[in-house]
Amino acid sequence: MSDVRDLIIVGSGPAGYTAAIYAARAALRPLVFEGAVTAGGALMNTTEVENYPGFPQGVMGPDLMDNLRAQAERFGAELVTDDVTAMDLTGDVKVVRDGEGTEHRAHAVVLAMGSGYRELGLTDEKRLSGHGVSWCATCDGFFFRGQDIAVVGGGDSAVEEATFLTKFASSVTIVHRRDELRASKIMAERALSNPKIRFAWDSTVSAIHGESKVTSVTLTNVKTGQDSELPVTGVFIAIGHDPRSELVRDQLETDDAGYVLVEGRGTAVRSAGRVLPGVFAAGDLVDHTYRQAITAAGSGCAAALDAERYLAAREHEHSGS
Amino acid sequence: MALKTVTDATFADDVLMSDKPVLVDYWAVWCGPCRLIAPILEEIDAKHGDKLQIAKLNVDENPRTASDYGIVSIPTLNVFKGGRVVKQIIGAKPKAALLRDLAEFI
Repeated sequence: MSDVRDLIIVGSGPAGYTAAIYAARAALRPLVFEGAVTAGGALMNTTEVENYPGFPQGVMGPDLMDNLRAQAERFGAELVTDDVTAMDLTGDVKVVRDGEGTEHRAHAVVLAMGSGYRELGLTDEKRLSGHGVSWCATCDGFFFRGQDIAVVGGGDSAVEEATFLTKFASSVTIVHRRDELRASKIMAERALSNPKIRFAWDSTVSAIHGESKVTSVTLTNVKTGQDSELPVTGVFIAIGHDPRSELVRDQLETDDAGYVLVEGRGTAVRSAGRVLPGVFAAGDLVDHTYRQAITAAGSGCAAALDAERYLAAREHEHSGS
Repeated sequence: MALKTVTDATFADDVLMSDKPVLVDYWAVWCGPCRLIAPILEEIDAKHGDKLQIAKLNVDENPRTASDYGIVSIPTLNVFKGGRVVKQIIGAKPKAALLRDLAEFI
């Protein structure tokens, strides 16, 4: 079939773009679905990235993504700012359908859809989203100058956001369901010694109140069961991420949390008890351990190299027969 | 083509008094999702600019207008018609979804 290309990459972010750079340099002319509004991945919502090697002064997350994107494009990757709505990965030819309903075919696919933020699951969370409920401290913190706000969560991203938000807010209450932070030591110490940060330990947000914008939240103490009101105008939710594996969960093996399982230390995915030829996965879609920009980039590179090897072997087989 | 820019000073003339509906994109340089929708808005402007004027307002430099309209999350897109907000879209969305939301104006 002449309309079957070598490689499609689904997702951007450090994993997708790095896979695209390697694949493009290997002359595989990859088609990259960056995602309509998720292009660049999780780093698009961050400010300064201080730990990406090679940037001694730090780099802005969106700038890093712009650079990776430009590098992929320079070597001939075909970038499409669209979402993928369906995939059929189990056949010899893989089929990927885009947001406009067009089907694209390839001999190999790299999956790098990343992860999406988790929601609290409260009825008023959606309604007040953009009216005080936020998932992007760097986008929205600016609007809460001199106000009292809450951050929900106790991991690195919650603590980093809370610390960032003290630049604007007069107080930030970290609401965490345990009695100690899960965040890394340096981050936790920074927060614990910040006079603007308060803590609601052993607590969850059980309701968000406000007519047209947030006015308060109800906290429930998980140990005593007691409720209390916390008057805040902003609620920043940072309770973790879930892998964006919905489109492939029925075709590929995943763990209980939805992370795509890969073979050994490589990037080959599994289906129905064995390796599925031609499909490789990388980044936060796979990794629930490290979840760093640099590890995502590394696994994106590995996935592209695995795909390249697979395509070469496949070519050899077909020309030999 | 670069989109029209409005400020606290020009907002009344350029947006509120406009004969044509105006979509105001509240944005800032430090907002990643704002960067993602910027090229989409340019495409919509190129195609539908005759019916719907698209303008950008930097909230960092123009806090008064942002605060007047209760903006607490960006990107926010407000469509103004006859001096009033007739449609509000909060958060980055794919082009197809934006076009659906704006169908009545374009």
